[in-house]
Amino acid sequence: MSEVQLFISQNLDMVYVVILMIFLGIEIIGRVPSVLHTPLMSGANAIHGVVIIGAIIIMGKAEPDNYLALILGFLAVVVGTLNVVGGFVVTDRMLEMFKKKKPNKTA
Amino acid sequence: MSISILAISYLIASVTYIIGLKMLSHPATARRGNLIAAAGMALAIFATIFLYKNEGRALGNYGWIFSAMTVGLVLGWLIAKKVKMTAMPELVSFFNGMGGACAALISIVEFDYIYTEALATPHSAFSSLVHTGHYLAIMAGGIIGSVSFAGSMIAWGKLNGTIKDVAFKGQHIVNLIVLVLVFGGAVYTYFSDTSHANIFFYATVILSLVYGVLFVQPIGGADMPVVISLLNSFTGVAAACGGFLYDNKAMLTGGILVGAAGTLLTILMCRAMNRSLKNVLIGSFGGGAVSSAEKQQGATGTVKEVTISDAAMVMAYAKKVMIVPGYGLAVAQAQHTCHELEKLLEEKGVEVKYAIHPVAGRMPGHMNVLLAEADVDYDNLLELEAANDSLKTADVAFVLGANDVVNPAAKTDPGSPIYGMPVLNVEDAGMVIVNKRSMKPGYAGIENELFFSPKTSMLFGDAKKVLQELIAQVKEI
Repeated sequence: MSEVQLFISQNLDMVYVVILMIFLGIEIIGRVPSVLHTPLMSGANAIHGVVIIGAIIIMGKAEPDNYLALILGFLAVVVGTLNVVGGFVVTDRMLEMFKKKKPNKTA
Repeated sequence: MSISILAISYLIASVTYIIGLKMLSHPATARRGNLIAAAGMALAIFATIFLYKNEGRALGNYGWIFSAMTVGLVLGWLIAKKVKMTAMPELVSFFNGMGGACAALISIVEFDYIYTEALATPHSAFSSLVHTGHYLAIMAGGIIGSVSFAGSMIAWGKLNGTIKDVAFKGQHIVNLIVLVLVFGGAVYTYFSDTSHANIFFYATVILSLVYGVLFVQPIGGADMPVVISLLNSFTGVAAACGGFLYDNKAMLTGGILVGAAGTLLTILMCRAMNRSLKNVLIGSFGGGAVSSAEKQQGATGTVKEVTISDAAMVMAYAKKVMIVPGYGLAVAQAQHTCHELEKLLEEKGVEVKYAIHPVAGRMPGHMNVLLAEADVDYDNLLELEAANDSLKTADVAFVLGANDVVNPAAKTDPGSPIYGMPVLNVEDAGMVIVNKRSMKPGYAGIENELFFSPKTSMLFGDAKKVLQELIAQVKEI
């Protein structure tokens, strides 16, 4: 029990962030029209591509002789970039179609 | 100084994610929202590369980082731009899998670091040598990332048709056992002797991959969008684990935000299809032999077929035709051909509208995206209520590869699994022409009495082929 207490008190700001973000995430998309479900999913998909930051850190701190970190880190940066770039571009393509005909569509 | 600029960059990035998601949920602002989030992401990435300090040292290996990013950028851009609009859902799944893989790889490398460090003190419990919080973040990131990666790849394969639905008896029990093993492996690694903690770690990661495959495999291809949305939120959580590990607020906020929003979105998608998440995940719907056998009795009778030329005649001389597109249209990639028929009929003075069910194609918004790609005018797409009003005055309702969304059982049969789901009342039209590949029931695995109604004529065949033949016939009239 005391370990949990210690953990929470050591990472208090993190815990706050997590809890607030959970509520925010739910609140933000609460009333999304079903037409936008797919683009929204795709957009959210691009945002979790933020994981690439971790990959960059790994790559950047790897010693020149640490091949495991270099190779896997390289791969991680590649797939992470794929996630970010692909995610945003696909979302944009989807939304472009919605806009083309009638910008102020209300669903 | 540079550290605080980094922190501010992360703060700005986090805010752009929130604003981006918020704007993405309104039609008018969606596109800008996406761009704002993308700009925030770019800021976070470049701030990390140039300003991040690891134990007081700036990051190195710029050559590696930039070449990897270039590879990812070019590949991602090309794939995202080249792929057909109909293949969108599987593409999202693919990119989601990439994010999961990224999280898993990070965990593997980070584990290697703490493991090598722990090895310096051999023959003691691994738990006494590692930081518990770090271990938890690494392990959780590894497990969730792997499940998300493997699951997304299966979902991707299912949507592009390379992987078939396979469900075997007792699969849920097998899945449960694998899941328990994954958790067991995570705990065991922690308490195992340092000398072989790595074996258990890798075993856990591999089991997680296996679990990802098993988890998605039995779920029907039509339910993949829901699964992808769920895996999407998994990857979000995996990214947040990285945020814990590096004490990185941008990763933490982005990850948790997507995790929470993704979970809610998954539930919303299920609700739009009038099903529960549990039902989607455990259901393996179509296999329910009991339900289809029972329903078979309810809806039998003779099915009337119509020839292409008759169908063409009826439509060409109608005043108003309502087209009801469904998954069959998407599968056959017939949206352009469909638009051609629409134009042709309109030249002949026929009023043509589309009746769009919110979950037509089993993917919310799928039909809108598809038809928009084929240049169909947005004003011609009627949403459920408007479409039902319009159907009352239509001479012909042309159902193209849709089934469950036009099943009257949803209104009349309380025993039906889709009872209560709003449907399009195509039977209100003067005549119903249904294009289907076969008499097979739709994804809910239930018969559709509409097909046996005296008003209904069936036009069997692939949607694209049928439409092409119809166009040829209408031209001759």
